[in-house]
Amino acid sequence: MSADAEDAGRRTTAGSGGTEPSADAGVGAGPDAGSGAGVGHGASAGAGPRGADAGTGAGAVAGDWPLWEVFVRSRRGLSHVHAGSLHAPDAAMALRNARDLYTRRQEGVSVWVVPSTAVTASSPDEKDPFFAPAADKPYRHPTFYELPEGVRNL
Amino acid sequence: MPETIIERGSRSGAESGSGPRTGTGAPAAAAQAAATPGTAPETAFEAKIAADERIEPRDWMPDAYRATLVRQIAQHAHSEIIGMQPEANWLTRAPSLRRKAILLAKVQDEAGHGLYLYSAAETLGTGRDELLDKLHAGRQKYSSIFNYPTLTWADVGAIGWLVDGAAIINQVPLCRCSYGPYARAMVRICKEESFHQRQGYELLHTLAHGTPEQHAMAQDAIDRWWWPSLMMFGPPDDESAHSAQSMAWKIKRHSNDELRQRFVDICVPQAEILGLTLPDPDLKWNEDRGQHDFGAIDWSEFKEVLRGNGPCNEQRIGRRRQAHEDGAWVRDAAAAYAAKRALGAAGPGEAAA
Repeated sequence: MSADAEDAGRRTTAGSGGTEPSADAGVGAGPDAGSGAGVGHGASAGAGPRGADAGTGAGAVAGDWPLWEVFVRSRRGLSHVHAGSLHAPDAAMALRNARDLYTRRQEGVSVWVVPSTAVTASSPDEKDPFFAPAADKPYRHPTFYELPEGVRNL
Repeated sequence: MPETIIERGSRSGAESGSGPRTGTGAPAAAAQAAATPGTAPETAFEAKIAADERIEPRDWMPDAYRATLVRQIAQHAHSEIIGMQPEANWLTRAPSLRRKAILLAKVQDEAGHGLYLYSAAETLGTGRDELLDKLHAGRQKYSSIFNYPTLTWADVGAIGWLVDGAAIINQVPLCRCSYGPYARAMVRICKEESFHQRQGYELLHTLAHGTPEQHAMAQDAIDRWWWPSLMMFGPPDDESAHSAQSMAWKIKRHSNDELRQRFVDICVPQAEILGLTLPDPDLKWNEDRGQHDFGAIDWSEFKEVLRGNGPCNEQRIGRRRQAHEDGAWVRDAAAAYAAKRALGAAGPGEAAA
């Protein structure tokens, strides 16, 4: 999709009307992609009802559901890896939405969801000083050490 | 799969101390204003771009870079969810259970792609609700290709082969886009798109090798979708307003015309195998260029559709608004349930304390 498409003028209301056969199954009504618990639900769930539930609990952000970070274990023996994020009203829905959004092709055997607000991150501005202590300690790596000729299994 | 969680800090309390962003990007803007007097952050930004490193959400970035990305990612996200409509139009009339299951999976993927992209846009400080509001108000665009109708079942095949095919050509280079979250979303999307394209091609191949009526239906779909698909790459390079800056920022890696040419060269042999004809009398192999020449694109049609005068503009945005409004009670109910559960959980705890 080209970014340039936005350039030409604003919309007018002069559309000639759809010539498409109007189907009974709109986007919102499909058994799977529709307004149930699938991804489709998440897609249309963008703006929570403004005002009305802006102040409700569960960490609701004004106009939108809280954000959750999703971690997926792709198979046994591997750790959970960050896959992305999503909005959901609570943890149970976040888990269901994560299943539909990030494991549609058997990408995972286990999923974690974590409120985004619970993540504390280092700041890129402090990157250098923050990680600097490790920079001058090459002796922490085995390659730092010179071994005499002929030494084996070390 | 995205590798790190670094960018997620951008929306955590860690950055602004005020919890998730509320949609204006204010904390980032303030940080940027504070950083502007010294040129250090700008130099660091330019150096990262020059070194082909990725920009991550909490890095300093020019306002215009941020705005360009929000505009492009939002438009891309909107295209994914508006793009569900022309195909969903055929869900209940798919000719077999197999085709129906495939189409359902594809339409569901498009919703997922929209969500990946809204998430990427949100790392730039613009909330999803704000972006949807702008879409519904007509203040942000979606790809004009989705303003064309799906008149027959063969159109589902044409969309898969040509529209998703063109999208893949556009999107593969975006996997190397300079903005990390956008690039990572595109990696995931591109993996899933190839199923979309193949199912369309298979569908068309089946029709093209069926009865004469089925063959004619497939040809008619190609006749209608070919030119709009070429327009998906955007205006010619010399008329493309944002191209130069986006290329400099490595958001964009190839010019519109370059990608369009690549698409034509890929499609020609694929059309031959389908046994279908691309509707362009000027389309022919140019030995000197080592590429196909093709006929002039009717850019006046492109501009008209962008202006809102395409066959389905009103219908698409109208249905999107309606779906959003019709879903309000679900969002209300989910929020109310979550609030009630949260209260229930807090209640006994407080009593005990």
